[in-house]
Amino acid sequence: MNMNEKAARAKKINHAIKIAILIVLFVCFIFPFILVVINVFKVKADITTNPLALIGEHGFTMQNFPEAMKKMDFWRSFANSACITIFSTIFTILLSSMAAFVIVRNKWKACGILFGLMIASMVIPFQVLMIPLVSLYGGILGILNHRATLIFMHVGFSLSMATFMFHGAINTNVPVSLEEAATIDGCTRWSTYWQIVFPLLKPTIATVAIIDAMAFWNDYLLPSLVLAKKELYTIPIATQVFYGTYSTDIGLVMAALLLAMLPILILYVFLQRYIVEGVTSGAVK
Amino acid sequence: MKTNTMSYKCRQFAMFAGVTTVVFAAVVIVPFLYGLYLTFTSWDGVSKDKPFVGLLNYASTFGDAAYWQALGRTFIYSAIAVILVNVVAFVLAFLVTSGVKGQNFFRAGFFIPNLIGGIVLGYIWKFVFNRAFVALGNALSIGFLSTSWLATTGGAMLCLIIVSVWQYAGYMMLIYVAGFMSVSADVLEAAQIDGCTNMQTLVHISVPLMASSFVQCLFLTVTRCFMVYDVNLSLTNGEPFNSSVMAAMHVYNQAFTYKNYGTGQAEALILFIVCAVVGVLQVYVGKKAEVSA
Repeated sequence: MNMNEKAARAKKINHAIKIAILIVLFVCFIFPFILVVINVFKVKADITTNPLALIGEHGFTMQNFPEAMKKMDFWRSFANSACITIFSTIFTILLSSMAAFVIVRNKWKACGILFGLMIASMVIPFQVLMIPLVSLYGGILGILNHRATLIFMHVGFSLSMATFMFHGAINTNVPVSLEEAATIDGCTRWSTYWQIVFPLLKPTIATVAIIDAMAFWNDYLLPSLVLAKKELYTIPIATQVFYGTYSTDIGLVMAALLLAMLPILILYVFLQRYIVEGVTSGAVK
Repeated sequence: MKTNTMSYKCRQFAMFAGVTTVVFAAVVIVPFLYGLYLTFTSWDGVSKDKPFVGLLNYASTFGDAAYWQALGRTFIYSAIAVILVNVVAFVLAFLVTSGVKGQNFFRAGFFIPNLIGGIVLGYIWKFVFNRAFVALGNALSIGFLSTSWLATTGGAMLCLIIVSVWQYAGYMMLIYVAGFMSVSADVLEAAQIDGCTNMQTLVHISVPLMASSFVQCLFLTVTRCFMVYDVNLSLTNGEPFNSSVMAAMHVYNQAFTYKNYGTGQAEALILFIVCAVVGVLQVYVGKKAEVSA
């Protein structure tokens, strides 16, 4: 029995060490966020003298929030971000799943060319396209500074990845026999798609929605090139502009950073399981 | 209804993939080709005409010392960051799949930096490096902490690497977690029965079976690090003395700050080719190392 006891003890110690390492790493990981949270409730002078203190000498203040909100026009940029994210995500899902359906089910030349180009385009980084994009849409067409233009571009950039994922899902999860049965019952291809295929794609729709919505919400470079007017700013642009103007007013900066993070963190609390699963299954494909 | 006529095929394709084809072509294909054309012109971003200059932009790219410095810097940064991200991510994945209590909580926690955009992350860390570390250094009189790392040329690069590791480790961890989960329990048990220690099982059984996770993580980190822009902009903005300007930022400045659109596009294209070659080479080498159970 001595051997077993020893082994059990070694296992327990092993377990304790692992948990200890994890806790230390975890604290390191969220340390920057903790700092922001403790400093957001301090006045500027207290942050400058000691950013590590839990509560400043001048005490607890809520003053930073309303001022930062007003100065970065938080609700307007929040609305812009939300509107752009929601519409871009919806259009991406509808368009890419439809295209994937016609590509998977037909061996036509056009399908092969489209899908081949999409796969090839996934290696092109945005930086290679940003200059011609500004030149085409700004210089020649003159349609920058519209939310619709940004949504159009977001959709265009995310289509290939999304189509690729729906392609895999239709291939493996949607039996052809089901579609044949629908055809016999009098469905056209169009109604077969909406009534049979699209509902079967729910898990992939969730994955694509999560990955793309997060990317759209956080994107900075593309929106900053498309939206140059103050009333069109999304949250990342508003944060960047705000920092440029008020970087010395550190209390306000803390509040602005926390405000910029808050919407997605609140969402994460509720959808945490789906987000982690969605990102994993999206990445593994 | 006939389903093999040309008009039926065209109508079906247009109905399902028509809009997709148009949007995809308008946003990706046309700009890509137009970008190739731009590299042969000297457009300034304002005027209507784009004078054709032949290969002049490529010549000036090769003469642009700042570009090659930025590219070299990006290489060094990427090499260190890629290795560290994957080491940290692998260790995290190992710990959160070893059956400890609350492992789902830890998984979710380590992923948090990925939820937030690079701009915001950069500003948060700027505060940490400029204020919190300095305050800590002064309070405990630790010499190397009492001045901001962001103010020194080597330090700014180090900060950039730290933030990138912190930012991407949680995401890559999830991919490694999926890799660990895919190694079947039978194989691990067989190894234990054959007398493998935990370490031996990890090195000789789990790691080879997870080769595809490594390929994937390396590819993702290489391409992301090569194209780093957001964190670069908010954390260091290229300072001090342009010592932390990465390739993507150089391209951006070349085009949108100095208005050399043609040269900027030529430099972007070269950056893309370098990145694609490194990425593909890495996948090719990695695929050869894959084994099946």
